Amino acid sequence: MSHLLREHAPITEAGWSQIDDEARERLTPALAARKLVDFAGPRGWEHSATNLGRTRALADPAEGVTAAQRIVLAVVELRAPFSLARDELRDADRGAQDLDLAALDEAAHRIATAENTAVFHGWEAAGITGIAEASTQDAIALGDDCALYPRHVAHAVEALLRAGIDGPYGLALGPEAYTRVLETTEHGGYPLLDHLRKIIGGPLVWAPGVRGAVVVSQRGGDFLLEVGEDLSIGYDAHDADAVDLYLAESFTFRVVTSEAAVALTP
Amino acid sequence: MADVRQDALMGFDQYHEPAAELPDETRTFARLCASLTEEAEAIGWYEQRMAVESDREARAIMRDAQGEEFKHFSMDLEFLLRRAPLWREIAEGILFQEGDIVEHGEEAEEEAVEEAAERGAPLAGGTSLGIGGLRGARS
Repeated sequence: MSHLLREHAPITEAGWSQIDDEARERLTPALAARKLVDFAGPRGWEHSATNLGRTRALADPAEGVTAAQRIVLAVVELRAPFSLARDELRDADRGAQDLDLAALDEAAHRIATAENTAVFHGWEAAGITGIAEASTQDAIALGDDCALYPRHVAHAVEALLRAGIDGPYGLALGPEAYTRVLETTEHGGYPLLDHLRKIIGGPLVWAPGVRGAVVVSQRGGDFLLEVGEDLSIGYDAHDADAVDLYLAESFTFRVVTSEAAVALTP
Repeated sequence: MADVRQDALMGFDQYHEPAAELPDETRTFARLCASLTEEAEAIGWYEQRMAVESDREARAIMRDAQGEEFKHFSMDLEFLLRRAPLWREIAEGILFQEGDIVEHGEEAEEEAVEEAAERGAPLAGGTSLGIGGLRGARS
């Protein structure tokens, strides 16, 4: 039995199947960071730290003996709890396809947003420096005027090229900016979304948790998301009416090339 | 038309259980197992062809093609090892080790199985949602 204790939940295989499918369906569009950065793993729940290959000096423990301690990046665990009505799960067993899994959908959005936020904007308490804050490139103000977005993104691409960071590039757009882009067509009816895609040459993704936007290199090796336990659903408790479950994952994130991204601030 | 529908519902050789009853991640696991087998077969075929081929240029092409199969086999294997932690643990005790292969195998299996049993880990296949990296996914 794994630490997720799924076998203890009063949920049948048909119920788990619907829950897992719904979670995958909700998580995949929102996991923007995984669409733009390198992914390593899953290393498993027991995986506790990422090797950074560095040491810090320690005071000599004895005469004629020097010492150093390895520096590692400790894995963080994210957990997003939610409850499902047992009546709904019983309906799943009867073959119902329209279950009310709103609480799961919200939990999926919360944990995906938290992962994106850690990757793009960092998480000081966890020792994670995000892509936007690690960037040594000058930030560009994105603003509200969509007509200027192609110019801002083109400037970001030019800054990356000047730093020797070859394309293609990816663009993570925060929800507000993404909606504005979707709503906009340029002169001649050309969708702004397509224009931006042509400038970056890579993926443009909806990125809940991102403030403004971030242009990132897609050549690989610049941003590393290392996952211990990949996103999973575990069991906490239940009573006569509801089952308490949670979405969980463990990971570290680090920026290898700080000049390989440009932040577009809101 | 009825025949076509019947064919579409039929399973493939890599499934020993009804495909519709298998979870997605088990189907993916089975597909990659089948792929691993096919790559290993292809490696063996090229080895045999090269052994009997006298034309040097033809042998060079076969050697190059076999290299592709080495790559495919290794990628399949790495994917499966990531999804099956116990398999990975045993493989780590055997692959790229000097010395007696059988001895390493016995030791690795014993250690890995005992440890897995102690912590109650699943023997194969993960319990995660299997999302992994999404680079290249449609956005």
